[in-house]
Amino acid sequence: MTESYTLTVNEVAYSIVADAQRSLLSVIRGEVGLTGTKEGCDDSECGACMVLVDGRPVNSCSYLAVQAQGRAITTIEGLASGDALHVLQRNMLEEGGVQCGFCTPGMIMSAHALLDQNPDATEEDIRLGLAGNLCRCTGYAGIMKAVVRTAREGLSTDS
Amino acid sequence: MTFTLASSLEEALDAVAAGATPIAGGTDLVVAARGGRTPLPESLVAIDRIPGLDTVTTHEGGLRLGATVSHATIASHPDIVRYFAGLADGSALVGSPATRNVGTIGGNVMNASPAMDTGAPLVVLGASVELASVAGTRVVTVDDLWTAPGVTSASSDELCTAVLLPAQPENSASAYVRLEYRRAMEIAVVGAATRVVLDGDGAVTSVDLALTAVAPTILRVTALDVAGSSIAAAADAAREAASMQATPISDIRASDSYRRHTVGIMAGRAVEAAAGRAAGEQISVPVNRAFGIGAPA
Repeated sequence: MTESYTLTVNEVAYSIVADAQRSLLSVIRGEVGLTGTKEGCDDSECGACMVLVDGRPVNSCSYLAVQAQGRAITTIEGLASGDALHVLQRNMLEEGGVQCGFCTPGMIMSAHALLDQNPDATEEDIRLGLAGNLCRCTGYAGIMKAVVRTAREGLSTDS
Repeated sequence: MTFTLASSLEEALDAVAAGATPIAGGTDLVVAARGGRTPLPESLVAIDRIPGLDTVTTHEGGLRLGATVSHATIASHPDIVRYFAGLADGSALVGSPATRNVGTIGGNVMNASPAMDTGAPLVVLGASVELASVAGTRVVTVDDLWTAPGVTSASSDELCTAVLLPAQPENSASAYVRLEYRRAMEIAVVGAATRVVLDGDGAVTSVDLALTAVAPTILRVTALDVAGSSIAAAADAAREAASMQATPISDIRASDSYRRHTVGIMAGRAVEAAAGRAAGEQISVPVNRAFGIGAPA
């Protein structure tokens, strides 16, 4: 059955008319039109689809969009301000945490939620915080360096 | 498909009575529907906005966990970590941080998987669930709830509204450990939970033991009489009883004989962890990380 509801993505309200079975990932990409969030496994295993719902990381492939109404959704597009990259994005590039880039948005959203909740996250905290995000290219070392550096510099550091 | 966003328990119970399936985080229901494997039910009622259903409160000397309390909350709640550590061990191992944020105790219990990480801890802690319908509310022990893989004794018009944890004996503690091949997005290959009660001299008074993923439901080990024995002897007895009473299957993750052997190992380690906690040792949640069980970092 088609449902009509409002989704708030990156502080912008979108009127959605979509089948109630649609996943949040499918509605963000197909209806809202933000394609930074990726579909990897579509099975809650890989974390490429990670978005924040009320500040907490959620696998958007396995979360009904209709259940996200009234909540604050943040996607990778919500982090940069204008042309200035977010510190996590910049550190990913500078530390070699990006190769094909497909896992990067999800990786950054998980890292953002972790450092937002725990600014003093240790390397072990970061490994556990990113445990639901798979990367097939980098071997993770560059990603770890980027997030450890961001923890040291602070999440709100100006780019 | 019809979808209702319930704003009160009454609204949710009416919807369930009319045939709707409750959904909280959707980590089982929606994942199962991906790729068209198990289509979503015709009618869904979302229960994640019902006020008060996501709170942890004191109840008859123990705790009452509302059905939509998340695994993330359970794994870090000070009273759960302190008095019901085995349950925190289980919730801390579920899925990934994202799974633990949206996955709920009520959903986990009603999904009735024999591999659920909170199941064995709930059995040894003597937990019950509160089942509500438009006709009233009843309380059922978890032992009586799970009847087969994915099947419970709840009727189709009942909604799980809470999990009840009774007050625990003096000088006791619990622990849950599992065999895992990786540190996230893993399902228990096998697992074991225990509650160990010690006497004043450090000997064992009793051991409750339940096993994960070695039977059609979470399996409570019976006839484990270890009163008066040392912790090491109790761990040995737990190892032997677990391997003896398990009735595992072979599947893609492990053979039956491997499961039968390793569930004993897990049972012994769970006894050591719970006894350590009961004796005042600080063993952090989850035991899997504290003991270095499973895949290395």
